Amino acid sequence: MSDKVILLVEDNPDDEALTLRALKKNNIQNEVVIAHDGVEALDYLFGTGAYAGRNVSILPSVALLDLKLPKIDGLEVLKQIRTDERTKLLPVVILTSSKEEQDLINGYKLGANSYIRKPVDFSQFIEAVRQLGLYWLLLNEAAPVGNR
Amino acid sequence: MRPFRDLPIKHKLTWLGVLTSASALILACAVFVAYDVRNFYDDMVRGAATQAKIIGYNSAATILFIDPHTATETLGALSTEPNIIAAGIYTRDSKLFASYTAAGSISTVKASLPVSFTEATDGHRFKGTYLELWQPIVFEGRAIGTIMIQTSLDAMRVRLFQYIAIACLVLLISTLGSILVSLWFQRRISRPILHLAATAESVSRDKDFSVRATTESHDEIGQLVGTFNDMLSRIQEQNQQLEKSRDELEQRVIERTAQLEAANKELEAFSYSVSHDLRAPLRSIDGFSQAVLEDYNDKLGAEGQADLRRVRAATQRMGQLIDDMLDLSRVTRAKLSREEVDLSALARSIGTELQKAEPKRQVEFTVVEGVLAEADPRLLRIVLENLLRNAWKFTGKHPEAKIEFGVLRNNGGPAYFVRDDGAGFDMTYANKLFGAFQRLHAMTEFNGTGVGLATVQRIINRHGGRVWADSEVEKGATFYFTL
Repeated sequence: MSDKVILLVEDNPDDEALTLRALKKNNIQNEVVIAHDGVEALDYLFGTGAYAGRNVSILPSVALLDLKLPKIDGLEVLKQIRTDERTKLLPVVILTSSKEEQDLINGYKLGANSYIRKPVDFSQFIEAVRQLGLYWLLLNEAAPVGNR
Repeated sequence: MRPFRDLPIKHKLTWLGVLTSASALILACAVFVAYDVRNFYDDMVRGAATQAKIIGYNSAATILFIDPHTATETLGALSTEPNIIAAGIYTRDSKLFASYTAAGSISTVKASLPVSFTEATDGHRFKGTYLELWQPIVFEGRAIGTIMIQTSLDAMRVRLFQYIAIACLVLLISTLGSILVSLWFQRRISRPILHLAATAESVSRDKDFSVRATTESHDEIGQLVGTFNDMLSRIQEQNQQLEKSRDELEQRVIERTAQLEAANKELEAFSYSVSHDLRAPLRSIDGFSQAVLEDYNDKLGAEGQADLRRVRAATQRMGQLIDDMLDLSRVTRAKLSREEVDLSALARSIGTELQKAEPKRQVEFTVVEGVLAEADPRLLRIVLENLLRNAWKFTGKHPEAKIEFGVLRNNGGPAYFVRDDGAGFDMTYANKLFGAFQRLHAMTEFNGTGVGLATVQRIINRHGGRVWADSEVEKGATFYFTL
C-alpha cells in the first residue's frame, strides 16, 4: 500500500496541511506528491518543467484535484489528463469547495472518477479522507500499466 | 344566369344604357304605330262610306223602279276598287235587292240584313278580315233601302307589318348604337371603379400600402379614389410608426437582455466565489481548531476546550448559512419546467425519510391521497421538504405530534397546506416569516438558518402562486400555498 503515490493538487496551504493531517489521522502513510497549481500537476504527470526526467510510467494511484487553481484550473488539468494516452486511465477524484451544478456536470463530463465536496466540519473531512483512502488505495484495482 | 346584382359593374352599365334606350324606343314605336293604325282605320271607314254614298245615290232609282239588274250593274262598278270584296243593296224590308262579290273573294252577301243594321241608320263594324259598313239609301229625305259594303283589311295588315318591320329595324339599329354609346360611357365610368377595386385588392393581397390608385375625374369616383389614397397613406404612416416603435422595443429588449445576462453572470460569479472562497477559510478555522483540540488538549483546560468547540460550532453554522444562501439563490436562477406532480406521494416520501431519521419520535403523519398539481417537481420537493421539516422540527418538544398534508378546494383554486400541532408562532410577527435569515425562535429553542421559508416563498412566487400561514402559539401552525 505504501508504495502507491497520491497526487494532491491544492493551492491553499491550509487545505494542504489539513488534508495531510486527515491522511495521517487515518494512518495513510503513502507518499503524497503536492502540486500547487495546474502547471505543476501536469509537469509531474508528464515529466516536464521541474519534474523533467521523472519516470512518467510510474503513475499515482489517485489524483486529488482541486478545481480552483492558479494558472491552469482543475477542469483544464483533468481535460489534459484524459487527452493524453499515458494518463487517460488515471483515477481522478475532484476534491473541492464548490457544489455548483455546473462544476459537477463539467467534472463528470471530462471524465472525473469521483466528486467530493470538502465539508467545513473537519471531523466530516477526516471521515471523507478515510473512505477515499480505503477505496482508491485498497479496494480499487488500477488499470495495468502496460495498457495505459 | 347570374342575378343582376352580381353582374360586374361594366355589364350593369351597358345593360342600363341599352335597356333604357330600347324601352324608350319601343314605347315611342308603339305609340306611333297605334296612332297611324287608328288614322288608317278612320281613312278606310271614310273611304267606304263615300263609296256607299255614291252607290246609294246612283242606285236609288233602281230601287224605286224595282230594277235589280241595273242595280247589280251599278254595284259592278266597285270592281275598280280592289279593297272592296263584297257589297249588297237591301230593300226597305231588308231583302237582298242586288249584290256584288269581287273576283276571287270567298265572301258572301247575306240574303237579308241583320236586325241590328235596320235598327241603326248607318254604322260599321270590323269582322275578322274585313270591315263591314252599311248606310241607308235616301231618296227625297226618305230611306228606301240599305247599302252594305265589305272592305278587305289586307291593306291595313300589310301596312301594319311594314310598320312593325320598320320599328324592329329601327330598334335593332338604335340598340346597336346604344350599345356602342353605353360601352363608351361605361368604360368612362367603370374604368376608374375597376382600377380602384384592383388597387384595393392588390393592397389587401400584397399588404403593400405604398400603392396608390390614380384618377382623372373630379366626380364622386374621383373623390372616392382620393379618400382611398388618403386612407392608404395613413395606414402606411401608422405602419411605419409601428415598425419604428417595434424596432425600438426590440432594441430595448436586446439591451435589457444583455444587462440581465451581465447581472446574472455577475450573480453566478458571486455565488461561485461564495461557494468556493468563503468556505475555504471556514474549513481552516474548523480544521485547525480541531487540530489544537486534539494536539494541545491538556494545555487548554476545560474552558479553553469549550471555547474552541464554540469556535467550531460557529464555523460550521456559518458554513450552513453559506450553503443555504446558495440554495436560495439557486432556486431563483433555476429553470422552471412544469409537469404533473403527485404532491401526496412527495409528502409521503419526505415523511418517511423524517421518521427514519428519528424513529423514536411519536408523530402521526396524515397525507390526503391523490393531490396532483402542475409544477416543477424538483422545486416542489424543496417546498414540501422545507414545510414538512419545519413541522417536524417545531413539534419536536411535544411527546406526541400530528402532521398533516392536504388541500382546500375553494373557488379561488386549490390551496395546499401543511399543518402541525407544534410550537406555532405569534401572528404579530407573521410578516417576518418569509424573509431570508429571519427567525421567530431563538437558536437555543429551535435551530435553523431562517432560509427555508424564504426559499419556499421564492419557489411559490416563481410558480405565480401565494404562500401564507396561520398559527397560534403552542397550538400549531398551518402553511398554505397555491400554485
